[in-house]
Amino acid sequence: MSDNVWVSVRGVDKVFVRGSESIHVLERLSLEVRQGEFLALMGPSGSGKTTLLNLIGGLDRPTSGEIEVGGERLDGMSERRLAAWRARQVGLVFQLYHLMTALTAERNVELPLLLSPLNRLERRQHVATALALVGLKDRARHYPSQLSGGEQQRVGIARAIVTDPVLLLCDEPTGDLDRKSGDEILGLLQALNREHGKTIVMVTHDPHASARAGRTLYLNKGRLSAEMPE
Amino acid sequence: MTHPILQAAAVTWISLRTIPQRRGSSGAAVFGIAGVVAVLVGTLSIAQGFRQAMTAAVAPENVVVLRGGVDSEMLSILGPEEVRVVEDTAGLARDARGALASAELYVVIDLPKRSSGTDANVPLRGVGPAAYGVRPEVQITAGRRFEPGRSEIIAGRGAAAEFAGLDLGSRVKVGRNEWTVVGIFSAGGGLAESEIWTDAVVLQDAYERDQSYQAVYARLDSAGQFDAFKDALTSDPRLNVRVVRQADYYAEQAEAVDRLVTVLGTLVAALMGMGALFGALNTMYTSVSARRREIATLRALGFGGGPVVASVLLESLVLALAGGAIGAGLACGLLDGYRASTLNWQSFSQVAFAFAVTPQLLLEGVAYAAGIGLIGGAFPAIRAARLPVAVALRDL
Repeated sequence: MSDNVWVSVRGVDKVFVRGSESIHVLERLSLEVRQGEFLALMGPSGSGKTTLLNLIGGLDRPTSGEIEVGGERLDGMSERRLAAWRARQVGLVFQLYHLMTALTAERNVELPLLLSPLNRLERRQHVATALALVGLKDRARHYPSQLSGGEQQRVGIARAIVTDPVLLLCDEPTGDLDRKSGDEILGLLQALNREHGKTIVMVTHDPHASARAGRTLYLNKGRLSAEMPE
Repeated sequence: MTHPILQAAAVTWISLRTIPQRRGSSGAAVFGIAGVVAVLVGTLSIAQGFRQAMTAAVAPENVVVLRGGVDSEMLSILGPEEVRVVEDTAGLARDARGALASAELYVVIDLPKRSSGTDANVPLRGVGPAAYGVRPEVQITAGRRFEPGRSEIIAGRGAAAEFAGLDLGSRVKVGRNEWTVVGIFSAGGGLAESEIWTDAVVLQDAYERDQSYQAVYARLDSAGQFDAFKDALTSDPRLNVRVVRQADYYAEQAEAVDRLVTVLGTLVAALMGMGALFGALNTMYTSVSARRREIATLRALGFGGGPVVASVLLESLVLALAGGAIGAGLACGLLDGYRASTLNWQSFSQVAFAFAVTPQLLLEGVAYAAGIGLIGGAFPAIRAARLPVAVALRDL
């Protein structure tokens, strides 16, 4: 891997088989993301944006090709090692937040830390820091149902950064929010990228959102390009 | 990485906290299992109560002498000479009137059940003067003892409660005689409480039995003298008798009904358990389906499959244990002490008994529920662990 490249996707194919039909979602796709970069992935529905994000995050495996993140090859890892790797190296932000409704904001944020060797006091300190960073220190004891959509996504971002991963993978992070809340979330992601050096790969439909990224790539029919397809 | 057990505890805590969101399916499973456990414990409490009635309050010193080769006093016959030899054998306890040995007759009479009005076989036992010494647990609770030579009877409290016509002062027409109920007795909860007692000599006359008896109930000086007493009688060339401890004799008498009720009860509970098992399976599949988002998210965050399996199993176990506890509580509250009677096939007579819900039965019921919960949770747990994370997240 060349210097400063954190994510390297090389010649990846991804084929989904449904019954007798094979769907080629990604074809011979290659991509490099430098450490500290904020990359937006755009493309029409079904173009494979989320599939690519899942492959980079170790949530899915390529049919063929290689994926390397932070110097570790993901395509050959066992499920157990992959899960441990995700817990250490990746922060995931989802469109629908995916918070545990039965847990308060601080307990949701604490979840990834339960997979770390930190003790309870250390976990509390990390959770407080993460919540303060997303501006939700005073909402720590609230349940998701007591928070607005924007606040829930902030909790989701706090959960993603609480283990201090280098890489944040965001799947339509503003897709379920109004413009104002979406802008706040994008501002937060920009700050995490610029001020805290997080490498961010964000999938979005929204040109307004992609404009906040340092680079935008377009995915269409399984192939990447720097130009928006016509 | 923290220990998988701590991961499992965290995931289980989340799943338990979300049970109220699935209260419909969870409640159905809990009450289904509660019903199964209530039936299981209730049915086995019948066998337990019957066994207790047959074996309670039997002194270890007590023995029964029957004709050789028979296993029930219904089929036994002993002549007056044989009875005299038994009474004279060394090792018997004695009181001021002599050896504590009661030569007895055993006949079955028809009396209507109070509950249904249908006739049932009730044991009428003719006893000798030593009967109260052989069975000191027999105590008159109302009225008095029968007077020898008169057509008087005393009824065990179980029989008096279960069968019509045995109230104090009532008159009962049986055989050639009309009998007056002059007393009600207790017998420490034992089998005698299901019987009616009268003077053996009067019963011999009423049933034209001449001077024959069917069994001798006797009390030894000590339980340790049983072997010597038995050897003395069985080696005596004048006798052809079988000597057995009274406790063992009653246990033999209880065996057939005990086995039938236990087998039937277990069979019914097993069949119901199958239903509850499918209920639990359905509930846990529903739970896994409802928690698909949670489980996929936790897996995405790095939680392993093992903790997810453990959390589903533990949730199932918790629901099953709650059902088991409710079922056991229902059985205990509604059935423990409930009085009934059933036919003892060995003696062709009714035995009055009380359902006995013991701590052992409650534990068995709860353990059965736990088994249903664990089996019912196993397949959904495996499904949850195999949930492809990316697919599950995409389907949300």
